[in-house]
Amino acid sequence: MKKTLDSLLPGETGVISRVTGIGPVKRRIVDMGLVAGTLVRVQKYAPLGDPMEIKVKNFNLSLRKAEAALIEIGVTGGNA
Amino acid sequence: MMSTACVTVALAGNPNSGKTTIFNNITGARQHVGNYPGVTVERREGFRRFHGQDLMVIDLPGTYSLTANSLDEVVARNVIIDEKPDLIVNILDASNLERNLYLAVQLLELERPMVLALNMKDVAEQAGLKLDESALQRRFGIPVVSLVGNRNQGTDELLQAVVDASAAHTYKPFVIDYGAKIEAAIKQVSEALRTLTEVKYPRRWLAIKLLENDSDVQDAVAALNGGDKVLVVVEAVRNKTTVIIGEEPEIAMAECRYQYVGEVYRDFVDSRARSEQSVSDRIDRVLTHRIMGLPIFFGIMWLLFNVVFTVGEIPQGWIEEGVKWLGATVTANMAEGELRSLLADGIIGGVGSVITFLPSILLLFLGIALLEDTGYMARAAFVMDRVMRAVGLHGKSFIPLLLGFGCSVPAIMGTRTLENRGDRMVTILVSPLMSCSARLPVYTLLIAAFFPESMAGSVLFSIYFLGIVLAIGMALVFRKVLFPGTTEPFLMEMPSYHMPTVRSILIHMWERSVLYLKKAGTLILTASILIWFMTNYPANVEYSKDFDSAKAEVTEKYDAPTAEPMLAQLDKEQASEKLSLSYAGQFGHFVEPAIRPLGFDWKMGVGLVSAVAAKEVLVSTLATIYSAGDVEEDPQSLQEALAADSNFTPLVALSLMVFTLLYSPCLAVLAVIRRETNSWKWPAFSFVYSTALAWLMSFIVYQGGSALGF
Repeated sequence: MKKTLDSLLPGETGVISRVTGIGPVKRRIVDMGLVAGTLVRVQKYAPLGDPMEIKVKNFNLSLRKAEAALIEIGVTGGNA
Repeated sequence: MMSTACVTVALAGNPNSGKTTIFNNITGARQHVGNYPGVTVERREGFRRFHGQDLMVIDLPGTYSLTANSLDEVVARNVIIDEKPDLIVNILDASNLERNLYLAVQLLELERPMVLALNMKDVAEQAGLKLDESALQRRFGIPVVSLVGNRNQGTDELLQAVVDASAAHTYKPFVIDYGAKIEAAIKQVSEALRTLTEVKYPRRWLAIKLLENDSDVQDAVAALNGGDKVLVVVEAVRNKTTVIIGEEPEIAMAECRYQYVGEVYRDFVDSRARSEQSVSDRIDRVLTHRIMGLPIFFGIMWLLFNVVFTVGEIPQGWIEEGVKWLGATVTANMAEGELRSLLADGIIGGVGSVITFLPSILLLFLGIALLEDTGYMARAAFVMDRVMRAVGLHGKSFIPLLLGFGCSVPAIMGTRTLENRGDRMVTILVSPLMSCSARLPVYTLLIAAFFPESMAGSVLFSIYFLGIVLAIGMALVFRKVLFPGTTEPFLMEMPSYHMPTVRSILIHMWERSVLYLKKAGTLILTASILIWFMTNYPANVEYSKDFDSAKAEVTEKYDAPTAEPMLAQLDKEQASEKLSLSYAGQFGHFVEPAIRPLGFDWKMGVGLVSAVAAKEVLVSTLATIYSAGDVEEDPQSLQEALAADSNFTPLVALSLMVFTLLYSPCLAVLAVIRRETNSWKWPAFSFVYSTALAWLMSFIVYQGGSALGF
C-alpha cells in the first residue's frame, strides 16, 4: 500500500513520487505544480475535515482528499 | 521613430497575480467591459496614451495554464492566436514565481513578443527572495520589469518597456527541450502538419497541443482540408509515445515545463531556506481554524448584511427626502394634468424610489469587493466545500452563489470558473435563489413599514437564510435528478492575504453600481412609464356613483373645515375605484384568485408581474399604485401608505417578501441563463420552477401564519 497525500497529518511533509488518475483531473493536478519530485507540506484540514490545505512551491493550495488520494508520496518527513 | 499606430497589448497572468490592479493602474477609468463573442467570458479593454504612443490594453482572463479544459484558458490563448496582439505582457506574482513561470513558458511557446512584469516585488523581498531581473532577461531574451501594483509603483517603467519592445519588433524564438522521445514525436507531427495550408497556429505549438490531446486544437485541425489525415497520424504517434514514455504525453510535457521552470527559478531566485510560516498562514490559523472557521465565516456574513441594512439606512433617508422634495416641487410648479402626473408619479416616483436604495447596494458591493480583494473569498470556499459537496456542488460554487447576493447576472457569469457541466448548471439554476441586491429595496421597504426596528435585522437575515436553505435543497434535487455524475476536481489556490487598495475597491463598486443604475435608468424607467400608463388608463371609467355631484353636494351643505375630510374621503374612494378599473387593476383582478391563498390582492399581483422586468420594480410599482390611491397634495411616504392599507398585515408582508425572494428571476438573469446555456429550455425551466417554488413557500408562510393566529 503506497502512501498518498491524504494520509499525511497537518505539519507533515513529503515528496511526490507519482500522480495517478486520468484525463483532465490529472492534468489539473499537474498544472498546479504537483509533479513528481515536488516537496509538499500539509498545512491543515478544513473545519469539516475536507478539503485539505497544502503548501507547494511556495504557495498554498486547497484540494479535496479524493484528489489528494491520487498523489503518491515517496519520502515523508516529520513536522517542518 | 515612434510609430503612430495604436499598439495592442494583452495582459496575461495567473489568477491572484495582481493583473487587474495593474490593468487599472495603466488605463484608469478609460476601460470598457464587454464579452467575447459566443461565450460569456468578460472582455476588459482599456486605453492609454504613453509618451505619444496609443496603447490598447486587453486584460485576458486569469489562468494557471493554457489547456482546453477551461473556457478561460481557451479564450486567453485564442486572443493571442487570433488577434495577434503586438505584445503580451505577462504579469507574475514575484513571491510565487515558480508556478507563475509555468504559464510564462506556455505563453512563450505561442511565439509572440512578450514582456515579463514581476509584480508584488515588495512581498517577495519581505519573504526573503532575491530576484535577479537582468539575469532572467538574458535567460529568456525578453524585457523583464519589476513593479508593485497595489502601490502603483513601476507602472511607467512597464509602459516604457512595452513601448520600446513594440517598436523593436524583435522576437527571439523560445523552445523547451522535451527530451529525445517526445521531441521525436513532435517532429513527426510537425512533418504531418506541413501538408496543411493556412494554419494560423505556430506549427511547433500546434504539434505540441495535438500530442497533448487538446480537444480545441483537434477540432480546429479537423475543420481544415486534409486535417483528418493529420489527426490519424497524431493518434498513432501519441499512442506510441505513451507506451514508450510510460505516461500520457501531456503529463510528461507538463512535468518537463515544471522541471525547466524549476531550473530557471533556482538560477535566478535566491531563496534562503524558509520553512517558516508566512503572515497569511498565521492569519489562517484563526480564520480557517478547525473549530472557529465556520462560526467566523457565518459571523462575517451576518455582519455584512447588518451593515448593509443599518448603515445604509442613513444616506437612504437623505435621498428619500430629496426625491420627496423633487416630486412636491414638480407638483407645485406644474399645471395639473397628465404630464404632471407622468412626471411626478410615473418617472420621479418610479426611478426615485429605486435610486433611494443605492446606498445599500453600494455597501453590499463594498463588502463583496473586500471579501474578494483581501483573499477571504477562497477561505470561504475552503471552509464551505464540505457543505457544498454534500449537496452535490463544489466549494467554488460558493463564490458565484455569494456573488448572487449582489446580482444574479455576474453570479451566473461567474459559474464559468466551474469546469464540470453538472456543477455549473446546478449552480446557475440555484444562484437566483440567493437574494440579489435588487430584492433588497423590496425587503427594506416592507420591513420598515411592518416590523419594529428591533426585529429588522433578524427578519432580513431570515429571508436571506431561507434563500440559502432552499438553494441547498434544490441543488440536491437538481444534482440527483438532472445532472447525476461526478463533480470537478477541487484545486484552488489560497492566495496570500492582501490589503485591498482603495482604488480597486472603488472601481469595483463603481462598475457594479453603474450596472445597477443603467438598469434603473432604462429598464425601470420604461417599466415605470408602462405601469403609470396601465394604472392611469383607460382615462374615462364608469364609476359606481356620481362622485362629482356628491362632492358638489358636500361643498354646498357644510362649511369648509367640516367639508374637507369628507371631500378627501370621496377623492380617495374615486381614485381607488379608478385604479381598480384601470388596465393594471383589471390584470391584477384577473390573477387575484391565484394569489389570494398567499394573502395577496390585485395590487401585489400587478407589482409582482411588472417586477419580472427587474425585482426592484416592485417598489416603484407599489409607489405608483399607492400614490394613485393617495390624494394628499404632498406625496405620502410609501411606507406609511402601505402600513395604512388594511389588506397589508405583517404576515402578508412576510409572504410577499418570500414570494419576491423566490419567484422568477428578472429578465436580465433569464437572458444571461439563455446565453450561458445556449438554449431557451433552461431560462424557461428556471422561470417555471422558481415561480412554483415561490407559490408553495408563500402558501406555507401565509396559511401557516394565519393558522397560528398571526
